Amino acid sequence: MSSSHYDVIIIGAGMSGLAAAVRLAYFEKKVCVLERHYAAGGLNSFYALGGHQFDVGLHAMTNYVPPGTRGAPLTKIYRQLRLTPEDFGLAPQNRSEVRFPGRTLRFTNDFAFFTREVIEQFPAQKDHFLRLVRHIQDYDELDLDAKPLSGRQVVSGFLTDPLLIDMLFCPLMIYGNAEEHDMEFGQFVVMFKSIFCEGLARPREGVRRIITALRRKVRAVGGTVRMKCGVKALHVADGHVQSVELDSGETLTAETIFSSAGYVETMRLCTDCEPEKLTPLAGRMSFVEVIHVLDQPMQALGHDATIIFYNSGKEFQYAVPADLVDPRSGVICCPDNFLFDKPLATPMLRLTCMANFDGWAALDEPAYKQAKAAWLPRIHQEVLQFVPDFRKHVVFTDFFTPRTIKHWTGHVNGAVYGAPAKLKTGRTRMDNLFICGSDQGFLGIVGSMLSGISMANLHVLKK
Amino acid sequence: MTNDQIKQAVLQIISVIAPDEDLSRLKSDVALREQLELDSMDFLDIVMELRKRYKVEVPEADYGHLASLDSCATYLEPKLKDK
Repeated sequence: MSSSHYDVIIIGAGMSGLAAAVRLAYFEKKVCVLERHYAAGGLNSFYALGGHQFDVGLHAMTNYVPPGTRGAPLTKIYRQLRLTPEDFGLAPQNRSEVRFPGRTLRFTNDFAFFTREVIEQFPAQKDHFLRLVRHIQDYDELDLDAKPLSGRQVVSGFLTDPLLIDMLFCPLMIYGNAEEHDMEFGQFVVMFKSIFCEGLARPREGVRRIITALRRKVRAVGGTVRMKCGVKALHVADGHVQSVELDSGETLTAETIFSSAGYVETMRLCTDCEPEKLTPLAGRMSFVEVIHVLDQPMQALGHDATIIFYNSGKEFQYAVPADLVDPRSGVICCPDNFLFDKPLATPMLRLTCMANFDGWAALDEPAYKQAKAAWLPRIHQEVLQFVPDFRKHVVFTDFFTPRTIKHWTGHVNGAVYGAPAKLKTGRTRMDNLFICGSDQGFLGIVGSMLSGISMANLHVLKK
Repeated sequence: MTNDQIKQAVLQIISVIAPDEDLSRLKSDVALREQLELDSMDFLDIVMELRKRYKVEVPEADYGHLASLDSCATYLEPKLKDK
């Protein structure tokens, strides 16, 4: 076979693609990861601007458990990728909060703390909540054949206070729901366990540390990663991908192809695709994020919460807003507020709100800049209900939009959690093409790595 | 490989797959799953490591033979006798 033939080609050097590559190369498959961008990480990447280092995506890594915790997803990842906790260098959070008008639920990486908090804030819901938790703990969210259920319907069968229901859904939806309004129950369980039962952590160096660990491992086990190497087309015939054509015109072949580019995005690469059938399947949930570099950490202003999921409206609406941004709910993330051994060199504050891709995409350059300038104070006005006034400490600001996300990740509509309908088994109508990453259905950084691992095991290594 | 060498080899593999487990007091006649936190992903890895290191194939139908160190050694002995 020629040097351009591989056992497995993986499209996208995000968390899932790199994790799949580690597994496959470790077990002596000839693997090549193709990444269009010059930086790895996909939806969890990084960049430098104005002399500062920024993360995209990662506010905090969910699924944190202390090293050695048995049976947890993070432990599985260390084992499956032959990595150690030192490779990721995770520091746990201080404390986070869900803030709604008149009510706060605090949570830490100790689930018992959260349970007490819910019971204290919603005493009448105590038994209902405890029954819901038992149901969640017994639910097998990793069952690839489970049929989708409405999360709102299932949870409403246990809880009767709509405020508590919204306060539980708010962080779980914002951190990992592709669908508007409702959330598939299996997905709700994944997110509930990863955020409330397990917890939040962050490497001091941010997402770079995790990407570096994965890339180093891919190299160590003999896999190849080609950067600035976009895929132009997947040539298909008889339900089989015959070859992979790169933007450069070069052609590669492989027995098996994994794509982490997203389901719609991958199918669009197939030479026999019908784009009009694919468009309605794409996800629509996207976000704007304001990143402020500060001249002192938020802690010095009296703010020590790690993440605040807030909603200031009457009800919590998880949907694409009619306006460019919906500042009434979102995330306030303070990357300094983790239990690091020494403080971050650059204090920061990150503000994230739901946004409308079509609106941002339609603006010409001057209008785009103006819209950012106009929305910034409106976002500030909302978040200042929940954090001390930091505005005079801002030394640098970046503001990214759904348009930025689309540009760098290729995800249709800048949809950060992919398409609402997930393909749990990863199978497509091509017998050698499999989806991994967000659209396979395990979300978050740990979820994405687990997705790459599971798909590598199921479709290549078990054969 | 002798029966004992095979047990050592399997132990070595488990120590790579699950470095967080204490293997010093492992009983060779008791199921690995009863003594260690090993899931189906980990058992797949034992099979994969055996293939990678010793070029020995364990078909899925035979995974049950890998239950304990003793049963591993008994099952693998004929497959590894020339290695």
